[in-house]
Amino acid sequence: MNPTPTIVLVGHGMVGQRFLEALAERGVTGRARIVVLGEEPRPAYDRVQLTSYFSGRTPEELSVVGDGFLERHGIELRTGDPVVAVDRAARTVVTGSGRTVAYDHLVLATGSYPFVPPVPGRDAAGCFVYRTIEDLLAIEEYAKGATTGAVVGGGLLGLEAAGALKGLGLATHVVEFAPRLMPVQVDEGGGAALLRTIERMGLTVHTGTGTQEVVADGGAVTGMRLSDGSELAVDMVVFSAGVRPRDQLARECGLAVGERGGIAVDAHCRTSDPAVFAIGECALAADGRVYGLVAPGYEMARTVAAVLAGEADGGFTGADLSTKLKLLGVDVASFGDAHGTAEGCLDVVYADSRAGVYKKLVVDAEGRLLGGVLVGDAEAYGLLRPMTGSRPPVPPERLVLPAGAGAPAALGPAALPDDAVVCSCHNVTKHAIGQCSTLAEVKRCTKAGTGCGGCVKVIEQLLPSPAEQGLCGCFPYTRSELYEIARTLRTTSFAALLDSHGREAAKGGEGCEVCKPAVGSILASLGNGYILDGEQAALQDTNDHHLANLQRNGSYSVVPRVPGGEITPEKLIVIGEVARDFGLYTKITGGQRIDLFGARVDQLPSIWTRLVDAGFESGHAYGKALRTVKSCVGQTWCRYGVQDSVRMAIRLELRYRGLRAPHKLKSAVSGCARECAEARSKDFGVIATAGGWNLYVGGNGGASPRHADLLAQDLSDAELVRLIDRFLMFYIRTAERLERTSVWLERLEGGLDHLREVVVDDSLGLAAELESLMAAHVAGYRDEWAETLDDPERLRRFVSFVNAPETPDPTVRFVPERDQIKPDLAFLTLEGVTSR
Amino acid sequence: MTVLELSTAPGSWTAVCEEARLTPGRGLAALLPDGRQAAVFRDRAGRAYAIDNRDPFTGAQVLSRGLVGSAGGRPFVASPLLKQRFDLATGRCLDDEAVVVAVYEIRAR
Ligand code: SRM
Ligand SMILES: Cc1cc2nc3c(=O)[nH]c(=O)nc-3n(C[C@H](O)[C@H](O)[C@H](O)COP(=O)(O)OP(=O)(O)OC[C@H]3O[C@@H](n4cnc5c(N)ncnc54)[C@H](O)[C@@H]3O)c2cc1C
Ligand code: SF4
Ligand code: FES
Repeated sequence: MNPTPTIVLVGHGMVGQRFLEALAERGVTGRARIVVLGEEPRPAYDRVQLTSYFSGRTPEELSVVGDGFLERHGIELRTGDPVVAVDRAARTVVTGSGRTVAYDHLVLATGSYPFVPPVPGRDAAGCFVYRTIEDLLAIEEYAKGATTGAVVGGGLLGLEAAGALKGLGLATHVVEFAPRLMPVQVDEGGGAALLRTIERMGLTVHTGTGTQEVVADGGAVTGMRLSDGSELAVDMVVFSAGVRPRDQLARECGLAVGERGGIAVDAHCRTSDPAVFAIGECALAADGRVYGLVAPGYEMARTVAAVLAGEADGGFTGADLSTKLKLLGVDVASFGDAHGTAEGCLDVVYADSRAGVYKKLVVDAEGRLLGGVLVGDAEAYGLLRPMTGSRPPVPPERLVLPAGAGAPAALGPAALPDDAVVCSCHNVTKHAIGQCSTLAEVKRCTKAGTGCGGCVKVIEQLLPSPAEQGLCGCFPYTRSELYEIARTLRTTSFAALLDSHGREAAKGGEGCEVCKPAVGSILASLGNGYILDGEQAALQDTNDHHLANLQRNGSYSVVPRVPGGEITPEKLIVIGEVARDFGLYTKITGGQRIDLFGARVDQLPSIWTRLVDAGFESGHAYGKALRTVKSCVGQTWCRYGVQDSVRMAIRLELRYRGLRAPHKLKSAVSGCARECAEARSKDFGVIATAGGWNLYVGGNGGASPRHADLLAQDLSDAELVRLIDRFLMFYIRTAERLERTSVWLERLEGGLDHLREVVVDDSLGLAAELESLMAAHVAGYRDEWAETLDDPERLRRFVSFVNAPETPDPTVRFVPERDQIKPDLAFLTLEGVTSR
Repeated sequence: MTVLELSTAPGSWTAVCEEARLTPGRGLAALLPDGRQAAVFRDRAGRAYAIDNRDPFTGAQVLSRGLVGSAGGRPFVASPLLKQRFDLATGRCLDDEAVVVAVYEIRAR
């Protein structure tokens, strides 16, 4: 053989691409020349998710070829140039454009073609198949001038195509020859439930009928004649009546093919010519089957890559045919021996025809789960499929009952055996998933979850919760544990904490972007003074580091504190002048203050010099710290007000400003029960009563809004402040990283009652300590910006370039919008072209 | 006094700053003679690194303002914008294998 052998791959589909990745993983790409010849005009894409094109995924987003993958591995790809002949004696292939390529190993991955029944009229304009992106583009275009469509074939793909036509606004018919929909996957009972669901979605189903003829007028489809004699008026027809392996090339060059098609291969996917392999849907596997699913094809790809890499490999001996329908709104799944063909097997069935739910499990005499069909509620699919072949931990009848009707409460993925295959698309076991700690990591390391996505729910449940996981890859402790450690040991150094309490592998290292700011915040709330000093400087996120909020183009925003939202005209004028003089974009925030955007890092000190001179302080918009205490106008002006809400809001904001916490803190004070300050959407909210103040805790807006709960009623000013002191310090001490008070409160064992015992009744005897921690914070507070401006050493970091302190960053640019500025983002992308 | 220098072309070096100016675990940006920007870092052990300052995910010149960490003993910086991590020695993005940023040679003199 040549010193650098050539591997030629025919067909760049899903399996072909997986084969290339498997070669790259084994280093074969570095030792061999690899040439890929594809018929389609574009590189491999996700055919399984093809239909998602209609829900907005672009052809580019459907690509399964990683950016730069082919270049990095030196793989030559020629698209739009099919192979038309193979000369096995000369070991060459010839393409449609006349190119001849010699090979040492030839791999055929030509997939399937849609079968179109030989009915008259099937070539008329308006007849389509459903296989490629080009098919979908053509369907989409034609549908613009159509009102009614029909799909021939009520199988998995047919229903997907029908759903797509419906989505394009067509009245849609499904014509299925078999007596039920999805005859391959679903049994009679399941078919009946499925029929009801599909009809409820507005599709018209004709089962037990064949298509006799496509009626055309002037060469374009106008209708369809069915085998029962009826006629349908339709403008377009999509054939989805099964697929056939593309084995023509193999036939023509004399390779063995199966009686009913498919390129015959052995367990290692070798054809009758040892230099030629066939993988994916075009292959007739050693077990005598042609697999129309992607997972078995991936297995074949792996097998051939292993053979070419000279590895021992068990080969491909068969695969399971589990499927889950991806159609929006229909839950259908089948797995394992869904039809109960094994000898002596038994069915366990639950059916509710009103709800369109049908669930059947097939078990053997020993109670082992063999397979099943789920229609209308396939929630359990992710869990049941991996259990196939083993005995479920609870009796099977309990597995099919709907939730709440005696269904097992605690049957989770934990019950799965270690070798259970959780992701069938990529053949990934529970054990392999257990090696990872995040979903992103699972996807990156095992590919699980990147195929049909049906397993993602189960994967998430298999991943460790934050408490089991520790803070991050560096610390095995949670934030609250680290807080206690730092407090007890009086640690003031991140490095010392990492080296003494980090994971073995992380000791002596740098930490990471998760633990550095988290520990920085712990050290800060334990009273470590100015947060930019010494080692602490390296712990803070860039926002804390520059005491401003980083924006998408690299500029910063500036938010001066406006306690309680009360501001004098003089101060408003200063903000206006500063914004005007530095050309900043100004906006009133949702927190009753003013945000100034578009400052370059080197402008921050001069901006703040002006603001500090006028009496402003940092608003901590950048920190996990107290943001604002909003107020309503209250008793002073408002006819309904019963307390001075503005005065209290200012008092609270000044008391807790600068307090570092596991997440940001927000507050508000309303002057009466009308609640104009929205106090109940805050971490701690105060509402005036005739007798004093009601204190609410654990509220927030944001992504999952929660109303705050009433902690105590009719408090005096002093009582209110004391309870808030205790509440905040208890939260800071026991919450996890980025856990807002709402989430913390819901997690807290004993909930609100427990919190009330600790904070109000002092059941743990902690109150004095919590109050003194807060007193230390209040006494130690200093404005971070004033301190920074006073210290030339600290000011040195506010330059765009360390070697050119006078030069502003030329890439931070703006364009006008509505009489102000906005970031010039087009320039940033442009910049990329020139600087790379 | 030790000064850090960057190589912008074979054999040509640009002075960046005194080594002591770099807080271990934090970065600084440097302007290169051809207008490109470098992000310069020092780890706990005192080793210096330089990669391109441009965050390829957003186009903004901000990598120097990210946090330094280490994974498997290799130092990385996490972009301050969307947190993708880049290996400081190779420039490779740890969260998207297809993305790489340029690495500059750096020395202490
Ligand atoms: C400026 C402002 C929007 C505005 O134009 O009004 C804003 C802007 C930002 N918000 Fe907000 N939020 C602003 C009011 C709010 C509010 C309304 C409020 O406070 O009354 C909410 C919902 C209330 C709440 O928080 O409970 C809000 C919910 C969020 C969240 C989601 C929090 C959650 O728990 O789900 C985030 C994300 C986070 O903090 O992790 C966020 C994060 C952000 C960040 C800091 C995102 C970032 O990291 O870059 C934005 C940057 C501000 C900047 O660059 O200056 N912002 N944000 C408001 C500033 C208020 C202020 O004066 O400080
Ligand atoms: C709408 C739809 C939904 C699907 N849903 C699922 C699902 O949920 N789960 C599942 O497991 N499977 C599903 N499938 C099936 C899955 O897409 C296939 O199993 C998979 O694509 C097979 O991969 P392959 O590489 O063998 O074939 P293909 O992906 O078809 O790739 C073969 C490629 O070879 C090219 N080719 C053919 N002949 C030549 C030649 N002579 N020269 C050069 N190139 C050639 C073809 O143009 C094609 O690009 C679905 C298919 C469709 C169409
Ligand atoms: S909450 Fe009550 S006091 Fe405050 S502004 Fe509204 S109505 Fe007036
Ligand atoms: S089962 Fe399809 S992605 Fe995991």
